[in-house]
Amino acid sequence: MSTMTLDAAERTESARSELTGKKVAVSQAEVRKTVGQPFSDTAKLRMRDVNVFYGESQAIHNVSLDIGRNEVVAMIGPSGCGKSTFLRCLNRMNDTIEGCRVEGELSLDGEPIYGAKVDVVPLRARVGMVFQKPNPFPKTIYENVVYGPKIHGIASRRADLDEIVENSLRRAGLWNEVKDRLDKPGTGLSGGQQQRLCIARAIAVSPEVILMDEPCSALDPIATARIEELIDELRENYTIAIVTHSMQQAARVSQRTAYFHLGHLVEVNDTETVFTNPEHELTEAYITGRFG
Amino acid sequence: MTNLTQTQVRERIEKNLASRHRTEKLFRGLGIASIAFGVLAVVILFSDIIGKGSGAFMQASIQLEVHYDTEVLGIDQVDDESLTWANFSGVIRQALRERFPSVTGRSDKRELYTLVSSGAPFTLRDRLAENPELLGKSEVVWFAADDDVDTFIKSLKDSKEGFRGRTSDQKAGWIEQLLETGELKKRFNTIFFTNGDSREPEQAGIRAALMGSLFTLLVTLALSFPIGVAAAIYLEEYAPKNRWTDLIEVNINNLAAVPSIVFGLLGLAIFINFFELPRSAPLVGGLVLTLMTLPTIIISSRAALKAVPPSIREAAMGMGASRMQVVFHHVLPLAMPGMLTGAIIGMAQALGETAPLLMIGMVAFIVDVPGGVTDPATVLPVQIFLWADSPERAFVERTSAAIMVLLSVLILMNASAVMLRKKLERRW
Amino acid sequence: MQTPTLFALLLLLILVAYGTGFSRALSAARSRGGLRNLASLPSYHGLFAALWCGLPALLLLGAWLIFDDAIIRFMVMHSIADKPDTIAGQNLLYAQIQNLSAGHLIGEASPQLQSAAEHLNQLRSNANTLQAFLILVLAVGLGAFALLRFSPELRAREKVEKVLRVILITCACAAIFTTVGILFSVLFESLRFFQSVPVSEFLFGLHWSPQMALRADQVGSSGAFGAVPLFTGTLMVSAIAMLVAVPVGLMAAIYLAEYASKRVRNVAKPIIEILAGVPTVVYGFFAALTVAPFIRELATSVGLQASSESALAAGLVMGIMIIPFVSSLSDDVINAVPQSLRDGALGLGSTQSETVRKVVIPAALPGIVGGVLLAVSRAIGETMIVVMAAGLAANLTANPLESVTTVTVQIVTLLVGDQEFDSPKTLAAFALGLMLFISTLVLNFIALHVVKKYREQYD
Repeated sequence: MSTMTLDAAERTESARSELTGKKVAVSQAEVRKTVGQPFSDTAKLRMRDVNVFYGESQAIHNVSLDIGRNEVVAMIGPSGCGKSTFLRCLNRMNDTIEGCRVEGELSLDGEPIYGAKVDVVPLRARVGMVFQKPNPFPKTIYENVVYGPKIHGIASRRADLDEIVENSLRRAGLWNEVKDRLDKPGTGLSGGQQQRLCIARAIAVSPEVILMDEPCSALDPIATARIEELIDELRENYTIAIVTHSMQQAARVSQRTAYFHLGHLVEVNDTETVFTNPEHELTEAYITGRFG
Repeated sequence: MTNLTQTQVRERIEKNLASRHRTEKLFRGLGIASIAFGVLAVVILFSDIIGKGSGAFMQASIQLEVHYDTEVLGIDQVDDESLTWANFSGVIRQALRERFPSVTGRSDKRELYTLVSSGAPFTLRDRLAENPELLGKSEVVWFAADDDVDTFIKSLKDSKEGFRGRTSDQKAGWIEQLLETGELKKRFNTIFFTNGDSREPEQAGIRAALMGSLFTLLVTLALSFPIGVAAAIYLEEYAPKNRWTDLIEVNINNLAAVPSIVFGLLGLAIFINFFELPRSAPLVGGLVLTLMTLPTIIISSRAALKAVPPSIREAAMGMGASRMQVVFHHVLPLAMPGMLTGAIIGMAQALGETAPLLMIGMVAFIVDVPGGVTDPATVLPVQIFLWADSPERAFVERTSAAIMVLLSVLILMNASAVMLRKKLERRW
Repeated sequence: MQTPTLFALLLLLILVAYGTGFSRALSAARSRGGLRNLASLPSYHGLFAALWCGLPALLLLGAWLIFDDAIIRFMVMHSIADKPDTIAGQNLLYAQIQNLSAGHLIGEASPQLQSAAEHLNQLRSNANTLQAFLILVLAVGLGAFALLRFSPELRAREKVEKVLRVILITCACAAIFTTVGILFSVLFESLRFFQSVPVSEFLFGLHWSPQMALRADQVGSSGAFGAVPLFTGTLMVSAIAMLVAVPVGLMAAIYLAEYASKRVRNVAKPIIEILAGVPTVVYGFFAALTVAPFIRELATSVGLQASSESALAAGLVMGIMIIPFVSSLSDDVINAVPQSLRDGALGLGSTQSETVRKVVIPAALPGIVGGVLLAVSRAIGETMIVVMAAGLAANLTANPLESVTTVTVQIVTLLVGDQEFDSPKTLAAFALGLMLFISTLVLNFIALHVVKKYREQYD
């Protein structure tokens, strides 16, 4: 099964190379083994031999990776390489997709993420998520932020909720912009503000990990810069995994970078190493812009 | 910065988890219950109708040896005139008396005669009209039994006593006697499919109503399909975006939700009172149903036209085709399957419609099978409505059977629409 | 000549015109060395001739069929010296004349009637001949005119397309004609009704018994046309129906959209939609013969009085009928809520039901409200179920086990059977129709507007 898909992967790859006219030699052995340092001593999230299937087709092959405490790990790679799929495994958002199956060991602070007994509700409160497109609820800004605390029963008194709203919005760097219009709909904000609102919404339930799935892909450069700054500030309190399309962004915000290729984790290293001296030729080919 | 530590937050979340999951289960259960309610409604509705109506396809019939006695009949040759006046019921009475020679009293005899349907003489007349050489001879004929007999023997399988109703002990005795010898048994009810309406349940059939429905639908289809498609073409391919076309669209959407009975009022006031078209005619019924189904057909035809990608129009336009040629040569053929599907669904809707037809007088008691669109007629749903009002148990059975026929036709139409859509509709 | 024969002949003429136009164009093209020397293709020349030949003649035929009876009647009645003053009397007289001319009248007829009947027969046969003659002459004449205009330079296609375009526009306006027709038919008769019964009495009167109005001295003064019991009856039945249909339909839609696997959805959805395809008369039968007796027995067994025709039975069955309507409309709007909102809520740790209740439904609410309004308008206008199961007695009651009557039931009972068109009894039906039309129109208008706004929000 696994080899067959690999063959298929190779075929697509060579076809793509022919199309672009650039020759990239890929051997099966090279793709299979992750190079660099995928493991960490202070692992918050541990993933071992993760395989993800959509029905019959396999999207993730044998990925093993640690994400350390208070660290920003960036996941990069060409589109369709499985980085978003992998990210969505970490808080089990893949459960919502019909026919999606996840195998392997995944744990948060040593507690398993998958398993019959694991309740996704508290898990997702611990592992928050920010999505590609800003998705504020069609409610007021205030209601957006208190949504999580309210459903989880973290706070119910108005004063407590007010405090949570202010704290979360401050941390998301949005407080000064919206403090006078908390009762206006969240959908009325600009794209960048909406995304920061979504980050505030995620912070409001005091998560330990924040997953970000290309959080800036729908934003303009100025809004992007603002979010990148924010990510750097958030690192103090949270562990962050970010999927990004932009190598510059990965280089700016992350401590470690993981390079995915066709469902395989090719290389994990310090961000600086990956961008200046990649170990794997596929990584090199990608960061030097030979495909992407 | 927050007063709560992450651990505190964790604890609070854990505390509420159980009740949240209970709510979740309850909500999910309500959803399943709703689905189950809907499915159950379908099951109960259908099993109720089938349970009530399946008996109507069999009809109790009595076998009698009749003698076409010229004296009793009072005729000496067979022609149209003599057939009208001949005393066929006398022949049947004689046959019944011969079968039960022991019955002598006047009132007993009268009761004996009620074993067979009052429509039996017509059965005999038709036989003789077809075979004039039978005059003066004898033959064995199956007659429809009276509806009381029919109801009685059908109820025997539910209880030993059976549903007596107007049936006396004496009559029940005769019936049992006939049952034992096999001279009384349930046979396939052809009358139900060959006759028009009747006051006697055992003589009542759906043929007239079916033909009425057919004529009405033909008128509806002939008018609503071309007009609907033309309107859709105009709105989708030509109409400029202005107030006038907005008005048309608002009108179409509103008409789709106007109660059908209002269309009946329109038909009564305009077609019958103003234009003085004949009452009870499939023509008027068809006109009313045309107006009623038009929105459905326009909306589905527009959807079909919308589904044809603009690239096809651009390609044809690029070849120098006129707007009209683009539409009629390229777009219309591609949209046709979708339009036909919409038309079938619209026709199914029209076939089941009752209320507006009541308004234009299609509720009259009509025995004759209509021969054209201006003859007085009724339609199947209205026939069902009329029969549902009749008190006889045998009519309940026939009503349900008529419903079964109507539903089968509707299911057939809808299934063909689904098939058509699956087979012919292209995905772009 | 019979109309069908005339029609067939006309069709034949149209075909001939098409053929001639086509072949003339073809031969002209041949003599000039190819089709490209024609301004239009031969088929357009054929259509050009066919349209000239057929369209005016068909329009004339249609107009003739609509108006000939009225004109003949006018001429016959005009020729009669002493006719009754009332419209009803004139109707009767004319019906007698018609019967006489058809040879149906049994018994002696006055010589005046005899001559009128003969006059009618004479007029009819004259009209028939004239009709056939005029129409055929028109068709042949205009067809020939079109063919004579033929020249290779004739821009037949443009002219044909212009005519076709007008035909398309006319068809598109059918919807407007229908609305106007409805409005005129109910408004006109309603105004006549309100001449004899004041509007205020109709709208606020508590007593409805139209039969009493047959006696002339009671018209308007008896208070027999107070429609309030009908309005309350309609509202009660509709409310019961909505109490069944909205929760069940909405929950079913939510389950199918948010919870059910594809397999369950593919099975359950069509089954529930079967309910939408069942004719209303079947529901009426089901309500009257199965549900109503069941409810009565149930009520009796717990010591309640229930009439054999109850608002509850009708409302319950109507609710079942409307379930698929609510569920498919809700399904549409729920599916229109972007997945990203669900992801956002789930990503924060909401349970599925919290996501639905706190995010999806609030986001879909305008659309759902619109759908429910449409369902209400359908419940108000539903006829057969209430006719067969709700009863005729105009009770002003709040007890759902009692029999009530509705606007639609009264329209049917007032108009089915023999009717005189100038009695307030029949005209009342049109006044009720007007109420029905206006209320459903307002509901539909609001609902469609709300739904449209909602769709735009997520487009």
